[in-house]
Amino acid sequence: MVTVIKPKKTFSLEDLREIWRYKELLYFFVWRDIKVRYKQTIVGIGWAIFQPFMTMVVFSVFFGKLIKVPSDGIPYPIFVYTGLLFWQLFASALSDTSNSLIGNAAIVTKVYFPRIILPLADTANKFVDLFFASLALIFLMFHYGYAPRFSGIALIPILLIITSATAVGAGLILASINVKYRDVRYVLPFFMQLLLFLTPVIYPSSIAGKYAWLLSFNPMTGVIKAARAGLLGTGPIGWQSLAISSLAALALLAAGIFFFKKTERYFADIV
Amino acid sequence: MLSIIEIKNVGKRYNITGRKRGYVALRDVISEKLKHPLSALAGIGRNIMGTNRMETFWALRNINLSVKKGEAVGIIGANGAGKSTLLKILSRITPPTEGEVRLNGRVASLLEVGTGFHPELSGRENVFLNGAILGMTRKEIGEKFNAIVDFSGIGDFIDTPVKRYSTGMYVRLAFSIAAHIEPDILLVDEVLAVGDAEFQKKCLGKMEEVTGKAGRTILFVSHNMSAVEKLCPTSILLSHGKIVKAGETRDVIRHYLAAEYEKSSGHEKLFPLKLKGEVTLHDFAVSQKNIRTAHLDADTPFTVEIDFEAHANLSLFRAGVYLKNALGDVLTRSFTSDWQPELERVAKGRYQATLLFPEKLLMPGNYFVSLSLNRFSVMNYLAKHTIEKTVTVGPSAYFNQAHPAEKPEGKIFIKNRWTLKLVSDQNKQSDES
Ligand SMILES: Nc1ncnc2c1ncn2[C@@H]1O[C@H](COP(=O)(O)OP(=O)(O)O)[C@@H](O)[C@H]1O
Ligand SMILES: [Mg+2]
Repeated sequence: MVTVIKPKKTFSLEDLREIWRYKELLYFFVWRDIKVRYKQTIVGIGWAIFQPFMTMVVFSVFFGKLIKVPSDGIPYPIFVYTGLLFWQLFASALSDTSNSLIGNAAIVTKVYFPRIILPLADTANKFVDLFFASLALIFLMFHYGYAPRFSGIALIPILLIITSATAVGAGLILASINVKYRDVRYVLPFFMQLLLFLTPVIYPSSIAGKYAWLLSFNPMTGVIKAARAGLLGTGPIGWQSLAISSLAALALLAAGIFFFKKTERYFADIV
Repeated sequence: MLSIIEIKNVGKRYNITGRKRGYVALRDVISEKLKHPLSALAGIGRNIMGTNRMETFWALRNINLSVKKGEAVGIIGANGAGKSTLLKILSRITPPTEGEVRLNGRVASLLEVGTGFHPELSGRENVFLNGAILGMTRKEIGEKFNAIVDFSGIGDFIDTPVKRYSTGMYVRLAFSIAAHIEPDILLVDEVLAVGDAEFQKKCLGKMEEVTGKAGRTILFVSHNMSAVEKLCPTSILLSHGKIVKAGETRDVIRHYLAAEYEKSSGHEKLFPLKLKGEVTLHDFAVSQKNIRTAHLDADTPFTVEIDFEAHANLSLFRAGVYLKNALGDVLTRSFTSDWQPELERVAKGRYQATLLFPEKLLMPGNYFVSLSLNRFSVMNYLAKHTIEKTVTVGPSAYFNQAHPAEKPEGKIFIKNRWTLKLVSDQNKQSDES
């Protein structure tokens, strides 16, 4: 095996091959984070369910019962919980991803591996939380007597991919900026809060009327709309907005990878 | 034969602002540049991309080196010479700014031991995690797991979270993992500076085994000259980012020590050095038989002399030295006031403080004699200066000379005498029977 070390690098196919070579390390990073998070098994699982569930309860009481936000004709709790599931996956993946380099500074400065593994691992491990949180959705659907359609279940993997691509894409950009400007992470929660209200999580996208298509540039809009349509039958699956969302997610991912590769080489020098 | 490491014209430029100034706050940058919005935007872009050319310096320049398979090469040099940077380039942690490196084999770097250890995880889990980080596959780690645990001597604690480990246990486990990686090229950066003496010895033994038996290539950075000499037949000396000497380790070390002495006597230009308006330092010297020297004969006492002036009556005053070994461990500290409280008060005037070290005190090797001038808990006069002498202690001429290969061992030298008394005469006994 010959390695040639030269100055600058841009993105190439070799990078993909390299990530593949380091898949075991990726696996170990995911394993580490899950292991630490679920060290106290019951507490870990409990928290993964409690968090979205309590949010759902509070939203249901205030937005569903008191303010009477429309919910496309289905019980507000399952309506909002479906949205929250995907939102939480996105939000937690994005916030951890953007801290992934700083959080692992001790490793980044001492050994080599393709740095992109860290954000990928931080996104991948969120699927465990998602799995446990989904159990509550199954319970809720059972409780309200909603059977998921087959088409909806088949759609889920695609929706998860779009969600991950969005989180990774934005996360890569934020992670790069974060290495240089450490105060970025303090403003991120604020923007996530804003984004939550710009995404049809607690309300249906239909309330935006003829401007609804504008919302689909936010990839999470198409995802959550399609998830509700598929799982709960709130209407036709909005293929058009899902397509816009996919393209937006893809563009974001490409921009993220480009930006990350551009900045990657000096991470170890300043992190 | 083809060389396994080929370094061609490698240079590395760092941003001075890099890490020293801490991090940059985007908030500051924005408020700073809000006045010139357009150029500011371009500037932020350049900054993030790392293409800003200002405030840079070369930590390494024009490095050329080729290492053959199975060679062990030492890398020595003062702090900041660029040793770690070179290893970081070779291990791909940071790319070179210019030049090219070719590596013909699998590389593992030990810039520290225990990289990525997670305190919440057990020893067992950390072995797998750290092994993977160092480049081992899951299968490899599984196969070597028992050997790793045995070498570390951790025993039953292997299933305890490492946050409950003592520092010693932690380091032992961490090194044990590192000792079991089997790369073609091993890069080691001062990891032996940690751990107790006993363990350092064990590590050195393991490393010798690694170079000798397995024919592995090693680049070894250390401040421990005797370790370098033991392990590496050839060495390079780095100074200010350049290779200033390469060749047989013994010569390179001698060159380095001579250069260090030049440097350590360099601060004599500073004298008289006025400190906080209260004290002036006129001179600081190590001498033997009234001659200033950096090469001490083990069989003769040596003195440390401090020539200073107090510009006022000072209380709680002490002048003195730290004697450190080549690793920087403090062997002893000696201040004027240590045994004579009455010396704490010095009246205005000029003084000469002299400390006598006895003969046959130090093992052969390199030491630092580091000056301290302070008023206890009031003022450290040398907070901003390091005034330090490097001295080399030669072997004692009285140590058994019959077998040149036999050397004294240990940390201190004591001129002790054995008595050997005959308690029963073997010849006579056999005669009688
Ligand atoms: N990440 C960094 N950013 C900026 N300067 C650095 C960085 N790392 C090291 N340096 C500087 O580069 C020089 C060489 O450092 P280093 O290779 O660590 O030296 P050594 O290991 O020989 O003590 C030093 O002046 C050091 O301050
Ligand atoms: Mg160093």
